[in-house]
Amino acid sequence: MIGKSATSRKILLLAPLLLFLGLAYVVPFLGVVRWSFTMPEVGLGQYRALFTDPLVQSVFIRTLRICLVVTAAALVAAYAIGYVWVRGSSVQRMLAEFCILVPFWISVLTRAFGWLAMLSNRGLINTWLQSAGIISEPLALARNELGVIIGMTHFLIPFAVFPIASAMRSIDERVLLAARGMGASRTRIFWTVFVPLTSGGLIGAALIVFVFALGFFVTPAILGGGRSVMVAELVYLRIFQSPDWGLGAAISVVLVLFIGILLALMRRFIKPAHLVG
Amino acid sequence: MQSSRPGPVILIVATAVAIFLLMPLIAVVPVSFTPARFLSMPSGTLSLRHYQALIDNPQWGQSILLSLRIGLLSSAIATTLATLFGLGIWMFQPRFSALLIGFVLLPLVVPPVVSAMTLYFLMTALSSFNNWVGYDTWLGVALAHAVMITPFAVVLILVALYQVDRRIDLAARGLGANLTTRALKVIIPNIKFGIATAALLAFVLSWEEIGVTLFITSVNAITLPRLMWMGLRDNIDPAIAAISVLLIIVTAAILGIRIFFERRGASELK
Repeated sequence: MIGKSATSRKILLLAPLLLFLGLAYVVPFLGVVRWSFTMPEVGLGQYRALFTDPLVQSVFIRTLRICLVVTAAALVAAYAIGYVWVRGSSVQRMLAEFCILVPFWISVLTRAFGWLAMLSNRGLINTWLQSAGIISEPLALARNELGVIIGMTHFLIPFAVFPIASAMRSIDERVLLAARGMGASRTRIFWTVFVPLTSGGLIGAALIVFVFALGFFVTPAILGGGRSVMVAELVYLRIFQSPDWGLGAAISVVLVLFIGILLALMRRFIKPAHLVG
Repeated sequence: MQSSRPGPVILIVATAVAIFLLMPLIAVVPVSFTPARFLSMPSGTLSLRHYQALIDNPQWGQSILLSLRIGLLSSAIATTLATLFGLGIWMFQPRFSALLIGFVLLPLVVPPVVSAMTLYFLMTALSSFNNWVGYDTWLGVALAHAVMITPFAVVLILVALYQVDRRIDLAARGLGANLTTRALKVIIPNIKFGIATAALLAFVLSWEEIGVTLFITSVNAITLPRLMWMGLRDNIDPAIAAISVLLIIVTAAILGIRIFFERRGASELK
């Protein structure tokens, strides 16, 4: 009897969320999968288009390129500020934490708009450079791929900091002392001892940033100005401008499969706790 | 720790990163005082017209109230479901825990645009047999947001639970407490800060959600981010700078206070 009631209580606790997500997320996703095979007509036509259409191909290649650049930039930036956050003096730590968490908690729209205010033709940078007489025509900083890369890197740095900082915190101080005791210089300790010990955090950060970058459409839509379309924005445009639900659905299915395989292969590097700081 | 304080190179790079992180948030301030009707830096005169526009145009107030309502409801749903789920995982340690947790984190790792399509599908399906919860209704948006923010709440609550000492639960059990008593009197009081943080983050995430909202609303359920999006797309409305400044000030103040007290609390413990 005890065993039975424990089981029923276990189900009572676990089932609500599982049912909720099953009904409100998994089942409708299967509906999207069905769209990919049935819209506009039944068959594999949308998937064939996906692998042959030169426009879709160029979007895929651009997406991959942007994601790689953004991942690399975010990792370097996150490593530097993460280091100060973990190992700085207490004032440095407080400042670093503030600079990491404030953007993290502010909406993606506000941040993208902030970059427009910085980068657009009448924005901060162009206004300053023009009034200082350095340039006569405004530089094209937003509404292109550069703007997308800047905006996405900005969005993703905090997500890269969390796993990296966690790896840095778990380094055994004695290893660094030993290296120092054996006469290694600060630079040498950093590159040959410290950085390798954080490689797990770096890989985790790279995965999170890459996966998030892949599925992004709000920042590219605002900062790319329709000229630098990424794959997620292509889905959005196909649905709201062409209405081409089938292709949008097919791209979605391929994206989910790709990310699923990537995460399954690399799952030991992902710690869910790192996603929320 | 002294041996590996950040050196000059790292400090310079980190300062550059810090400036990069804060720059766009600072840039909206001068833009919000521009006297012009388009996005520009003010030259000479400053104007409060865009702040005035926030008050004069009732759409802003309405969308703020709507976002508050949706945020509170979806955060309540998400936090409740996540707390129950977290308790189930922690107390029973079911055999496929990792798989179950992976499953509930799906909306977090699936690209937002795919989630948006999925929830659009759900909303149109719901709309076909009721008028309350579905496409372009506030309850529909709250439901969709709950789906998207629950994984974050689950993570925060599990993090809090893993810090609870299992022996206090064993002691309660040994003293004859039943499951409900253990959950309500022993475990939940120990994770109440985790639950509060989860509820707060869930609210904030709903408050600023745009990806999914864009797909499942058209004219009735215009949340604050949805209204901002409409003003951002073609002709950029500087009123967005004004509302952004207000949002940034509130967020920075809350976080600044939190960090300050956390640090002070930590140094007092030492």
